[in-house]
Amino acid sequence: MTLLLSICFIAALLAPWIHRACNRYAGALLLSAPLAMFVWLLKQLPELMHGGVILQSTPWVEKLGLELAFHLDGLSALFALLISGIGVLILLYTQGYFKGHPQQGRFLMYITAFMASMLGVVLADHLLLVFIFWELTSFTSYLLIGFNHESEAARKAALQAMLVTVLGGLFLLAGIILMADAAGTWRLSELVQRGDLLTAHKHYLPILVLVCVGAFTKSAQFPFHFWLPNAMQAPTPASAYLHSSTMVKAGVYLLARLHPALGHTEEWTLLLTTIGTITFLLGAIMALGQHVLKRLLAYTTVSALGAMVMLLGVGTKYTIKAMAAFVLAHALYKATLFMIAGGITHETDGETSVDKLGGLRKAMPVSFFCAVLAGLSMGGFPPFLGFVAKETWLHSLGDYPLLIAATVIGGAAYVLVGFSTGVKPFVGKIPEGLHAHEVPFSMRVGPVVLGLGCLALAIACGPVGHAIVQPAATAIYAKELEVHLHLWAGFNKYLVISLATLAIGTIAFLMRPFILRIGKRLAVLGRVGPDAMYQMLLDTVLKFAAWQTRKLQTGILRDYIRITVVSTVVLVITAFLRAGGFEGWDNLSPLSLRIDLVGVLMVLAAIATVWSKSRLRSILCLGVVGYSMAMLFSFFGAPDLAMTQLVIETLTVILMALAFYHLPSFSHFSSRGTRAIDITISIGFGLMITVLVLAALAVQTPTPVSDFYLEHSYKEAHGRNVVNVILVDFRALDTLGEITVLTIAALGGAALLNLRPKKKEDAA
Amino acid sequence: MTSIILRTATRYMFPPLLVFSVYLLLRGHHYPGGGFVGGLMAGSAFALYSLAFDVASARKLLRADPGDVTAIGLAIALFSGVVALFSGNTFLTGIWWDIHIGPAIAIHLGTPVIFDVGVYLVVLGVLLTLVFSLGEEE
Repeated sequence: MTLLLSICFIAALLAPWIHRACNRYAGALLLSAPLAMFVWLLKQLPELMHGGVILQSTPWVEKLGLELAFHLDGLSALFALLISGIGVLILLYTQGYFKGHPQQGRFLMYITAFMASMLGVVLADHLLLVFIFWELTSFTSYLLIGFNHESEAARKAALQAMLVTVLGGLFLLAGIILMADAAGTWRLSELVQRGDLLTAHKHYLPILVLVCVGAFTKSAQFPFHFWLPNAMQAPTPASAYLHSSTMVKAGVYLLARLHPALGHTEEWTLLLTTIGTITFLLGAIMALGQHVLKRLLAYTTVSALGAMVMLLGVGTKYTIKAMAAFVLAHALYKATLFMIAGGITHETDGETSVDKLGGLRKAMPVSFFCAVLAGLSMGGFPPFLGFVAKETWLHSLGDYPLLIAATVIGGAAYVLVGFSTGVKPFVGKIPEGLHAHEVPFSMRVGPVVLGLGCLALAIACGPVGHAIVQPAATAIYAKELEVHLHLWAGFNKYLVISLATLAIGTIAFLMRPFILRIGKRLAVLGRVGPDAMYQMLLDTVLKFAAWQTRKLQTGILRDYIRITVVSTVVLVITAFLRAGGFEGWDNLSPLSLRIDLVGVLMVLAAIATVWSKSRLRSILCLGVVGYSMAMLFSFFGAPDLAMTQLVIETLTVILMALAFYHLPSFSHFSSRGTRAIDITISIGFGLMITVLVLAALAVQTPTPVSDFYLEHSYKEAHGRNVVNVILVDFRALDTLGEITVLTIAALGGAALLNLRPKKKEDAA
Repeated sequence: MTSIILRTATRYMFPPLLVFSVYLLLRGHHYPGGGFVGGLMAGSAFALYSLAFDVASARKLLRADPGDVTAIGLAIALFSGVVALFSGNTFLTGIWWDIHIGPAIAIHLGTPVIFDVGVYLVVLGVLLTLVFSLGEEE
């Protein structure tokens, strides 16, 4: 499992080169990675059916207790099968969709990397590992949405999706840490057995809310749903893959995974059911006003995700079964419809509006066939998988009439959208000027396989339920349960409800122009919705950033120095006072005459530096201060320091002289007021340093750290010069950091100096 | 600045200054000195040379670009830290060898010394990058 996952990541890294080396077959080569995963997963199914769990763990960062731990159970298997299976088809589809596109290699890289990350999310067992993969999916999704980076809308949508999902990711991280702390384990496989511990923990509510916010942002739940329809700026293969069948389900997956750990409480039910139902209805209603193919599908995806969360929220044995079945059904029909939508747009020179499409059945017979299969499955018509899922779903909600009512409304909208996207573009008369032809073979495989899957899996729903849905539902529910899916569950009230939904939806489709008008009216609400709020928030943050940059980055050296010095003084003094203030000094050594003399010299030189009217004299006086300092060092037995100080001082004088050489002659430009402020600031700084140094003398540690160094310097580091040993051995990492900073400073300085106008060249 | 006295003095001062800087670098482990001071000293030698003559001839004397010197120094310092990784120690652990040259003479060499050489080169390179760019005539 670990190996197969690594292969997927390596394939992603190599994708551009593979593409360059064997242009036409790159997709085919790459898809062998997910194909291997898919086959391997299928082979594990028999074991999973008997409740088996496969665990694999490789040490990674041992000191942090981080392991590359993966596990496979029914739930992971369901998602991983969808990810790898649809991944294979999408890679093939990409081959046709991006034929001749100059950046196909890049796209292949992104989408393979996304696939690997997504597999990581569902297979990882260590919570932090889940988080890492989780963020990787956000990141690759950003790259995919913004793939057409020349379009401003795509860049905006990509940024929005990333900001929203990464914000959620931060919430999730906080939730994860709290959760691991409460349960005492980072391993999901252990966590799910400690549900009692977690739900009784005092941090249960914060954990639940944090994790839910993370999952809701990812799975586009209200009020974070807005990013998903906007993300339709992504190329269609990405939309079909990320934004319908896989990434957006990561949140659902996580909630399902954590159901045994966090579920079975009132808070869980209340939060998930409410948000899920709102999203379910909102998505369905907002879909009504859409006429762009992909946006229609996007809103119903939002709605479907809401439904999954709702079913999870109710959390009974039956709703969980229904949810698992619905995940499977939804992935199949939604990916098909997306691929068809992409195919239509691709083959009709970019037509995206349902209203302008029609009569394509002759030109695109295969697509028509698949679209009808998927569209009917979406609507929940028998004998398709969508119908089977809807039956189980309605059955499971027997005790919740309100939710059944919601399902009828949502279900009718699905029928409408299913017809609009699956049937409408293909029937009727071809609008004038619309030319289309069938999609190439590589783009046909995906829809055909998945479309037929909608039908075939429904007919074989008994075994499918047993082999795939049951292990998944068992893992979510964490107790033994049996799943029996039926195409024909007998004549009962749920069948009537289901048929009534179909009828309402069909009537609504026939009245589509009317519904579209109402839907467009509702779109006005978007202006006050979360999307608008997001935009406002983003604008405010950007404005604030611009404002404070203007204030702080004035480009005037004096301002920078003032800000730096004043904040240092304020911060240090505050910390100093908090730590108890100044305690006086008792153990000062008596002053000798020579030290007095040097001290007086320094003070005089410092005053002369400030008073001097010539730059050169100032520099020389400053040099006197520095040399005196070196003298003090040597008096107190610090030859290393003294030596360094001497050389530094010499060099400073040289550098400053060189720098001032380029400046115009010295004169005062600043007003008295500014100079007064400057004096105050510098005196304050000097005072702070003085007090600090004196206070440092009073600090007594039981065993000074210098003892350690003195003791170990020669024994362990083979050096008698302790100062040097500290620099190059004990604290070598610090020194390494320092010389790196030094290098960067030199680069910056040199770059600035090279900005000088080249006078001679200009003159010549 | 074309002082004959300064030029002549510099001609004679330059080699001993450089030798002294290397001496400082090598003795640093046991006595006052080290890569930092050594590098500064070598840098001053070149700075002096560039003052007495001009930047172009000082550059010629250095033979390498100061930027390259910095980069090589940083690489050496990093490399000295990496050595420890091969023997299973953490980054920058000091590793010592006794290298025998002849029957009775052995050189006691360790990665901290190599690290110090890196520091020496970085300081030298950084200093000269600045001095040369400042002193270069327009």
